[in-house]
Amino acid sequence: MAKKILTEYINVPGIETFDAYRKQGGYTAAEKALKTMTPDEVVEEAKKSGVRGRGGAGFPMGMKWGFLAKPEGVPRYLVCNADESEPGTFKDHYLMKSIPHLLIEGMIIGSYALGAKKSFIYVRGELMYVIHILEKAIAEATAQGFLGKNILGTGYDLELVVQPGGGAYICGEETALLESLEGKRGNPRNKPPFPAVKGLYQSPTVVNNVESIANMPWIINNGSDAYAAIGIGRSTGTKLISASGHIQKPGVYEIELGVSVEEFLNSDEYCGGVRKGHHLKALVAGGSSVPILPANLIMKTANGEDRLMSYESLSDGGFATGTMLGSGGFIVFDETACIVRNTWNFARFYHHESCGQCSPCREGTGWMEKVLHRIEHGHGSMHDVDLLVDISKKIEGNTICPLGDAAAWPVASAIRHFRDEFIWHITNPYEASQPGAVYQGEMALV
Amino acid sequence: MTQWTLFGMEETKPQLIKITFDGIEVEVAPGTTIMEAARKIAEADESQAALVPPAMCYYKPLPTSGGKCRACLVKVAQGSAKDPRPMPKLIPSCITQVQEGMVVENITNQGVLDTRKSIVEFLLINHPLDCPICDQAGECHLQDFAFEHGSAKTRYEEDRRTFDKIDIGPHIQLHMTRCILCYRCVYTADQITDKRVHGVMNRGDASEISTYIEKAIDNDFSGNVIDVCPVGALTDKTYRFKNRVWFTKPEDAHRDCDKCCGKTTLWYRGDEVIRVTARKNTWGEVNDFICNTCRFEKKKTTDWVLEGPTKVKRSSVISANKYRADLIKKPDFALKLAATQFKPIDDTRDYVTDQETIRHQSIEDNDKANHRSLAAKNN
Ligand SMILES: Cc1cc2nc3c(=O)[nH]c(=O)nc-3n(C[C@H](O)[C@H](O)[C@H](O)COP(=O)(O)O)c2cc1C
Ligand code: SF4
Ligand code: FES
Repeated sequence: MAKKILTEYINVPGIETFDAYRKQGGYTAAEKALKTMTPDEVVEEAKKSGVRGRGGAGFPMGMKWGFLAKPEGVPRYLVCNADESEPGTFKDHYLMKSIPHLLIEGMIIGSYALGAKKSFIYVRGELMYVIHILEKAIAEATAQGFLGKNILGTGYDLELVVQPGGGAYICGEETALLESLEGKRGNPRNKPPFPAVKGLYQSPTVVNNVESIANMPWIINNGSDAYAAIGIGRSTGTKLISASGHIQKPGVYEIELGVSVEEFLNSDEYCGGVRKGHHLKALVAGGSSVPILPANLIMKTANGEDRLMSYESLSDGGFATGTMLGSGGFIVFDETACIVRNTWNFARFYHHESCGQCSPCREGTGWMEKVLHRIEHGHGSMHDVDLLVDISKKIEGNTICPLGDAAAWPVASAIRHFRDEFIWHITNPYEASQPGAVYQGEMALV
Repeated sequence: MTQWTLFGMEETKPQLIKITFDGIEVEVAPGTTIMEAARKIAEADESQAALVPPAMCYYKPLPTSGGKCRACLVKVAQGSAKDPRPMPKLIPSCITQVQEGMVVENITNQGVLDTRKSIVEFLLINHPLDCPICDQAGECHLQDFAFEHGSAKTRYEEDRRTFDKIDIGPHIQLHMTRCILCYRCVYTADQITDKRVHGVMNRGDASEISTYIEKAIDNDFSGNVIDVCPVGALTDKTYRFKNRVWFTKPEDAHRDCDKCCGKTTLWYRGDEVIRVTARKNTWGEVNDFICNTCRFEKKKTTDWVLEGPTKVKRSSVISANKYRADLIKKPDFALKLAATQFKPIDDTRDYVTDQETIRHQSIEDNDKANHRSLAAKNN
């Protein structure tokens, strides 16, 4: 059995209550940090553990904490990003509803390390029941003296606020999240200034993903060295993977970073393989934003090495032959899946979710969706394929926030690896637009 | 010359920062944006006007504007003297502050010009090409931007979004179909009132400028949204369809006004004042906001003290040379630029049917003919 850091106790009955969580050793890390460590020592532990942000970008968490500006007399904030709306990613939801105290303990440790007196958990608005679970857990922790004034007699005060989100994917982008938290329209801000200097209410702020923060109790209890020993290379620790699509056992799995894609997909401990009688055609390894890869390239890198579930291995080969770990949304397609239809579906999502501030994303996402819609419905023409690639290139890198990139990459990668399938749609418009029609031409199935 | 003091009283003459913009060195105060540094170059030497990045959303009189349209993206080839690495992405010049030793490439960088061309394309996707019936034509920043940086044909074959026209109070009309979502009018509303009832609703290309819902911006200065709007989305109902702007004669005038500065431009057709606007600078930005009384109600010459013909500082592509030529600051530079940027179309795509090939052929021939006549006109 692989090492479990976040989900070890997740199936203990009643673990959502303070008592059950405490019985499993919960809140000992908060006690240890507040009573025996200085804030800087906690930051140092986060740095040494090598834990990287689990929200998508994979930025080292300790380093981010180290960048926080600390001007005199200005409050600092820790904000937990629980807006999780990326198609294919549903791990934070699972963690928060099952074991809310783990996140709360992580927030206490993180807030202490950063010197925040007030911290926020910004939860995706659709998850109202999770918000109630978190609020109940916060009330329990407050009653037990782990939150509020003078925590555990250490003189440290912390108020933890749960904020329901605005119900938009864009509110997961950290600066849009801060705008939304301030009560405004969730439009991303131009950077610089970065949140570490001017974040919430123009004060220094750290935004971290739920899973990133939930690692802290284990790191404090077991030490950063023990954490860094798990995983592979610069991908330390474990990662929650949301597995979905054409597999035997969809669900959330905690893996040690560095297991092979092959093992994750096929072993009974995890996905249990592609559904019976079918073959792997394509895979999105890190949530809808990351490039899609065909079966052969996701199993082995271009150099013929085994592809591992780690930041480095998945991005091996750049975008030409690689992808990204992203937020860990593992979406599996077998040979019955139509790549054009799926690409259109993703494009539709990004079009719907673009905030509309900057012109490349506002207009480009809609344009790509319409062209893809046309191709899928048998009205495409040959130059549409290159047009799509060109639009995606003109969006990428030119937008205020990375939503533009996230919209461009799936389209560009689908055409990069499945061009024949797009062309088949264009040259066989009638056949391709029939319900359930799928390209049957040559492709590498595994 | 004005000097900013950033660090309190003791520092009377702040250290100037030197940057290189398209090969030209310029010194500016700390905190200046790349855009303002470029404008400084052009203000010192008018012949350099073409190197100022276009701004479709940035509007200096409106703090926090900018950063949205991406028309002004430039390449920073060297971040600063201290950290000479180039910046990995193109950056918006209107909101990025200069650093000592920064090297910026604008029209000297092909990548920047290519990106700009795509920004025109994006902005025009959902913009109606109804210039022939639009009041803004002739002073429309998008029209100029498209002439200077756009391409002559569209690759967009889908439907455009449309909206119904909305009246914002008795004098202003919002034609959302033409809006490019620059947010300038929203920031204007922020500036003229504490309780803004004017903002953006919905998301993405379904976003809409709204006045919760169609409620008039009930404010003495609301008319200024017409002046800040770069396109014909917000227009003056008292002037609708009265004339083409290049057939009107602008005159500077003032009056004693207890609400605003009273300094305006009157736009004449014959003896009749058909429109009153605020005065604008070289960059098409208003110098001072004016009140609705001056703008909508004072339409008689006797209401005003005339100062003489307006020096048109920012003439657009189609109105250039239509005003009094000696008073125009920037004659048809846009047109020249458009002509110099002409490239024969190099299109090697495979077309599906003969018919399509023929259609594209005829479009291209037209383009070439148009460009030739433009080029001829400017030589
Ligand atoms: C469009 C968009 C949506 C995002 N959505 C989320 C999200 O739902 N949850 C999340 O943790 N991070 C999301 N991110 C990433 C955040 O901006 C930010 O990088 C992250 O919360 C930082 O936390 P981490 O360093 O712990 O990963 C999103 C980014 C973008 C551009
Ligand atoms: S109405 Fe005009 S000023 Fe307002 S956002 Fe649209 S284009 Fe800009
Ligand atoms: S003018 Fe700079 S982004 Fe619009």
